Amino acid sequence: MTTQFMNDILLILPELVLFIGALGLLMVGAFSEKDATRTVDYGAVGLLALAGVLAAGYSSDATAYAFNKSFVMDSFASLMKVLTFAATAVAIIMSQRFLRREKLARFEYSILLVLSATGMGLMISANDLISLYMGIELQSLALYVVAAINRDSLRSTEAGLKYFVLGALSSGMLLYGASLIYGFSGSTNFNEIALAFQPEDGILPMAQVIGLVFLMAGLAFKISAVPFHMWTPDVYEGAPTSVTAFFAAAPKLAGMAIFLRVMMTGFGDAMVAWQQIIILISIASMALGAFAAIGQQNIKRLMAYSSIGHMGFALVGFAAVSPAGVSSVILYMALYAVMTLGTFACILSMRRDSGPVEKIEDLAGLSQTRPFMAGCLAILMFSLAGIPPMAGFFGKLFVFRAAIDAGLYSLSILGVLASVVGAYYYLRIVKIMYLDAPTDDVNEPMPRELSILAGVMTAFTLLFFLYPAPLIELSNMAGAALTQGANLGQAGLEAAKGISPR
Amino acid sequence: MIDWPLLSTLTFLPLLGALFILLVRGDEETVAANSRAVALWTTVVTLLLSIFMVTRFDGSEAGFQFVERAQWLAPGIDYAMGVDGISVLFVVLTAALMPICILASWVSVKTRVREYMLAFLVLETLMIGVFCSMDIILFYLFFEAGLIPMFLIIGIWGGARRIYASFKFFLYTLVGSVLMLLAILYMYWQTGTTFIPDLAAHGFDADVQTWLWLAFFASFAVKMPMWPVHTWLPDAHVEAPTAGSVILAGVLLKMGGYGFLRFSLPMFPIASDLFSPMVLALSAIAIVYTSLVAFAQEDMKKLIAYSSVAHMGFVTMGIFSATMQGVQGAVFQMLSHGWISGALFLCVGVVYDRMHTREIAAYGGLANRMPIFATVFLLFTMANVGLPGTSGFVGEFLTIIGTFQVSTWTALFAASGVIFSAVYALSLYRRVSLGRIEHEGLQQIADMDRREIFIIAPLVIATILFGFWPMPILELTAPSIEALVSGYQEALANHYSGLELQAVE
Repeated sequence: MTTQFMNDILLILPELVLFIGALGLLMVGAFSEKDATRTVDYGAVGLLALAGVLAAGYSSDATAYAFNKSFVMDSFASLMKVLTFAATAVAIIMSQRFLRREKLARFEYSILLVLSATGMGLMISANDLISLYMGIELQSLALYVVAAINRDSLRSTEAGLKYFVLGALSSGMLLYGASLIYGFSGSTNFNEIALAFQPEDGILPMAQVIGLVFLMAGLAFKISAVPFHMWTPDVYEGAPTSVTAFFAAAPKLAGMAIFLRVMMTGFGDAMVAWQQIIILISIASMALGAFAAIGQQNIKRLMAYSSIGHMGFALVGFAAVSPAGVSSVILYMALYAVMTLGTFACILSMRRDSGPVEKIEDLAGLSQTRPFMAGCLAILMFSLAGIPPMAGFFGKLFVFRAAIDAGLYSLSILGVLASVVGAYYYLRIVKIMYLDAPTDDVNEPMPRELSILAGVMTAFTLLFFLYPAPLIELSNMAGAALTQGANLGQAGLEAAKGISPR
Repeated sequence: MIDWPLLSTLTFLPLLGALFILLVRGDEETVAANSRAVALWTTVVTLLLSIFMVTRFDGSEAGFQFVERAQWLAPGIDYAMGVDGISVLFVVLTAALMPICILASWVSVKTRVREYMLAFLVLETLMIGVFCSMDIILFYLFFEAGLIPMFLIIGIWGGARRIYASFKFFLYTLVGSVLMLLAILYMYWQTGTTFIPDLAAHGFDADVQTWLWLAFFASFAVKMPMWPVHTWLPDAHVEAPTAGSVILAGVLLKMGGYGFLRFSLPMFPIASDLFSPMVLALSAIAIVYTSLVAFAQEDMKKLIAYSSVAHMGFVTMGIFSATMQGVQGAVFQMLSHGWISGALFLCVGVVYDRMHTREIAAYGGLANRMPIFATVFLLFTMANVGLPGTSGFVGEFLTIIGTFQVSTWTALFAASGVIFSAVYALSLYRRVSLGRIEHEGLQQIADMDRREIFIIAPLVIATILFGFWPMPILELTAPSIEALVSGYQEALANHYSGLELQAVE
């Protein structure tokens, strides 16, 4: 019994470290004599690094369960946790200077991000509807607060409130779906649910479908897929930029991870019922992301639509419902996180004397005034547009490969066409930076830590093609781990066969 | 054989130069001067290396040579380089045009010289990479990445409507390419490999071939460009700086034809046969229609751009005639058009640098003040028309012969296109060079200086040399093209005899 308990504890060690560490940092912040923001920030980054190392330490191929199978650890969870914690740590590092200059620096900020990361860790490892909900709420509550951290700003508080109300609504939908699913399966455990959700003659009972759809709606909200994307542009625009940088990467990674886990583990056999839903929201997200971003003037809003579009592309791999598909989504999300954090490192550097600027026009002629920043941003934009040889191209290559393997031709064609439309607005940013005459709108030098981060992310994006094997292998392992327990439906099996080269 | 990675060195050498340029420090003047020097030296060394490669190239063999292969993305997707008789000369053409481009921009590009040279060197790496790739994903990577430097070259150093032109260029080409990417992924799924010789040997099902062919056609037809998707080209040419036009007409357009030869014909023979009447018809329309459009132009660059579309019509016609003469003619025509159109754009550049206008009406009587220019311009005008004795003639003649065996009507229209091209080219020459000087500004115009003569001399030599003595090129390319054509005919014969058997049963 005791060894069982110890094993369980060991499996959630990364989250435990984060949680206890966050409480410890809270003590430090509350009781220290002078302003402890900086100490807390460094402590938070250290905690995340430690948790990341612990999560990476799980290197077994086997799947391990804890706490009566409500918590699962496998190489998928390990990889996604490392990515999420790293994204959070990067967001904290990028935030420091911005928050100080905006007079928003409070020690609670980093602690909230660490708590949110704890929630994400729990989410990624959830194997039960209850632990799923707990993880999501822990993550979200921290996010609601940081969105409104600039409490004197109307836009920031509006963003926080909007996010909260819509988030609560989506949680409600998720809970309602979960209750229906529990009602039909008699269990909250994903593996047990999988046994109950078996389509007969390729049809799932309507009532079960309703539960499933509500659950998916709740999860789609977390990754801001259309039609549950409404909050994204407003929250991205309203929240302080450093918060937006965080929103754009880590929560998306965690949200996509749990979405994948729920569908693959819990409803793998019922894929007939939900594959078309994924296809539909994928197409809708890609299209909206491509078209709605064209008219944007605010770069944060533009990045919001861009993130919606990218979720659509990741869902293309998801829609394949195959090990290769899952791997491609993981790869896509990892590359997306790198690109988007690099982009936000540049956006955070957009300042003039009076304060931050966030209009796209403010970037005019940046290539002549700030060649390094413009170069980084241009490479990241081409990468987001999916132009080779940048990393973003390989993300798209693998998701479309999975979709083609699964026979999803129309989805693929619509997807690549959406990527061409999307290329327009990324090009527009390059055009403004390189082709337009310089203005003096961005006239502060890039802060050191931001230029290092932007440089590293850009170098990764640009040079990924030289040695892509490690990340691709990791994502393949993670994809295999997630799908090995799940017995995907018949079509899924066929698709899975297709990927092994003949 | 050579035991070091010759093709990779050749491909990535310009990138090394680009890195050097990035490291150049100092005030603007020094940076500009050093960037120019580094770019020139890099391109010259690349050229020498490419000539070395050709001398080591075994012209009697049909297969790929200097092959390199290493693991890369996924099982079946390797880093594979190699050249055969079809691609080897395009590598040399690219390497040869680059120093000319750098020299042509020596004085005319004054702003942001460092970035300009960077863009050109990166572009050279990508273009050579396209012709050296033996893996289709690698090919796609180089093919598509070439859009980025070209977008910047047109967009930053272009003319008045440069932003419109650069976006149109980028998005037009991208739309075609992404469909090709999906086709590539499908082929990978079917065969488990993206190695080009393996794919060519695979033999896809006839109905699958149709779709794959169309997807590839979407990309290459835009790149080529074929009528009616050619409209990006005049815009891009007119707005691009002189060197940009030279590279665009000289090398980038050839990627479309090269793609047809490398992928469409050998991999989808049945579909190519099925669609060849359509391609022949489109080519004939392109030749006649764009020649007429060219006649109506007021802008010199636009006129040459339209004439490029017409000449590319000969290329597509020759390729899809799928006869030995037709394909050889197409390859020859692509190479010869590479230096002839390049030289024509350089000629326009010469007068543009002096007068800063491309309006035909702004010139006249240049022969009085610029005898050397008038002679050179006349030579290339004639080569463009396809006068016997210039390299322009060989390609057009061979493609027409090749097509005549397949479709008399197409050959007839194409031959009439030669006359139309004489009409617009001669009228351009008359309006620019002949007559009396009537414009005030032209009274003091200076003839070509030594740098300009030095740039254009190699092109003059190539035009005349290969016009009289095309054998080196034809012999070097023959084995590979023969293998291509015979493989194509064999695949067709097998397919149709199979169908007949079915019908008999």
